[in-house]
Amino acid sequence: METNTVLSARNLRKSYGGQMVVGGLNLSIRRGECFGLLGPNGAGKTTTLRLLLGLIEPDAGELQLLDHAVPEQARGARLRVGVVPQMDNLDPDFTVAENLLVYGRYFGMSDKAIEARLPELLEFANLAHKRDARVPTLSGGMKRRLTLARALVNDPEVIFLDEPTTGLDPQARHMIWQRLRELNARGKTLLLTTHFMDEAERLCHRLAVMDNGRIISEGSPRELIERNIEPQVVEVFGEHAAAWAQSHAAQHAQRFEVSGESVFCYVDDAQPLLRELQQHPQLRYLHRPANLEDVFLKLTGREMRE
Amino acid sequence: MSKNHFALPRLSFRFVPIWRRNFMVWKKMAGSSILGHLADPVIYMLGLGYGLGGMLPEVGGMPYIAFLAAGTVCYSTMNSASFEALYSGFARMHEQRTWEAILNTPITLDDIVFSEIVWAASKSLLSGIAVLAVIWLLGLSHSPLTLWLIPLSLLVGLCFASLGLIMTAIAPGYDFFMYYFTLVITPMVLLCGVFFPVDQLPPLLQTVSAILPLTHAIDLARPLLNDVIPAHFLWHAAVLLGYALAGFYVSLVLFRRRLSQ
Repeated sequence: METNTVLSARNLRKSYGGQMVVGGLNLSIRRGECFGLLGPNGAGKTTTLRLLLGLIEPDAGELQLLDHAVPEQARGARLRVGVVPQMDNLDPDFTVAENLLVYGRYFGMSDKAIEARLPELLEFANLAHKRDARVPTLSGGMKRRLTLARALVNDPEVIFLDEPTTGLDPQARHMIWQRLRELNARGKTLLLTTHFMDEAERLCHRLAVMDNGRIISEGSPRELIERNIEPQVVEVFGEHAAAWAQSHAAQHAQRFEVSGESVFCYVDDAQPLLRELQQHPQLRYLHRPANLEDVFLKLTGREMRE
Repeated sequence: MSKNHFALPRLSFRFVPIWRRNFMVWKKMAGSSILGHLADPVIYMLGLGYGLGGMLPEVGGMPYIAFLAAGTVCYSTMNSASFEALYSGFARMHEQRTWEAILNTPITLDDIVFSEIVWAASKSLLSGIAVLAVIWLLGLSHSPLTLWLIPLSLLVGLCFASLGLIMTAIAPGYDFFMYYFTLVITPMVLLCGVFFPVDQLPPLLQTVSAILPLTHAIDLARPLLNDVIPAHFLWHAAVLLGYALAGFYVSLVLFRRRLSQ
């Protein structure tokens, strides 16, 4: 029976040489939603995607994708899934159309069936004019769009996207976002990983923040903000900001963090803090609502991940 | 290493679209590829066969160029499969990430590795047919038995593709393949009777020669070119097939380990 849950993972674990990469992951994704997996580099996002696709075997845990047990029946599940990988792996020897043709064959589609889908796919990727262009002549944004079109060749129900807009310029990113919203509106379920908070906030109905192989918070973007952080943020800049923060910030902010010459103050009510800041003309400041990036930094810390 | 890495290969016909993909790439460069398959053996056979052969009496009971022709068929088919499995296979696995793209479809790693072997053997088949055409054109053999060189080329291709993929599975980069060509392929060419009869070797090296796959290929090819049904032909074919199956299994285990990282 087709259920409303397209993917469910329970207590999924994976270690490499004693190093835990995914540690007890629970995930449930509903049909038609756009689900985002957020996390800093090395949080285990890509390994999670590979586990979900049945490309690597978990050490423990249970996993169902489109009513198939994975990895045992991963082949059947992948027939109905499309994947946009993090790094482009288009065939450089082929044209745009040939890439789609060859990829469709991997799903067991007849050449006739693929040819019939080609105009729609090229139109969707805005590549109709590049049909016979070879891959090395395409721009980065075009390659991404071709990779997205390729992931749709088998008309999948679920689409996995691993950092779909990393490395793209703003125009190209917006175009990809628009296409992903279109797919979602057509009823496709999307699972994407990203470390761009604006991307997650714009696209995703639900998010899970991952760090060190675990999901540390889950919910809609708004829920994540409400649950994890004060609603107002005042950023204070300038060379005196840190000194000011040490002596004054705690009186007016629930919480504050110093990062270089910037101070991030998190407050329920910003007015007392803003009045205080007006006493210090040498300090510049910015008052804004809390966003997902604040949540992300609070949950995963400010130190670099390399 | 997980015990699942040691599972027996599970094959399906899904390897066919990968073969077609490789064929589509090959078609775009077919001219230079066919030229390579023809030029190399022709240069060897004419240069060594007539040049060196002119100074020699009969070798192994035949003119030297005819002796060399049998070695060249096997040597060329071995090389075709080896280069394809090592350099091109590594490019598809590592550099172009073609395998990664394919693995996101219903195709499994077992299918991919099998497709690599069949594809590399297809290149050997083409190479074998090219050399055979040269042999006929030069009038080096008129025996209908030479047609058996066509399936033999395929078998030699399967054997050396499988062995080559073991190297591909453990290679950190292209430079690594130099070990294989210098330490395995080149000694094999000298030990297995491509250029001179194996019985010219000291006894110890003859023993080594007897276990090398290229020797068994040449023991089949040379009589066929001489219009003789090879002695122990089932045994020689079985050895080549055995190497192919063992190489397939070992390389698959190593690829499973490599790609599960």
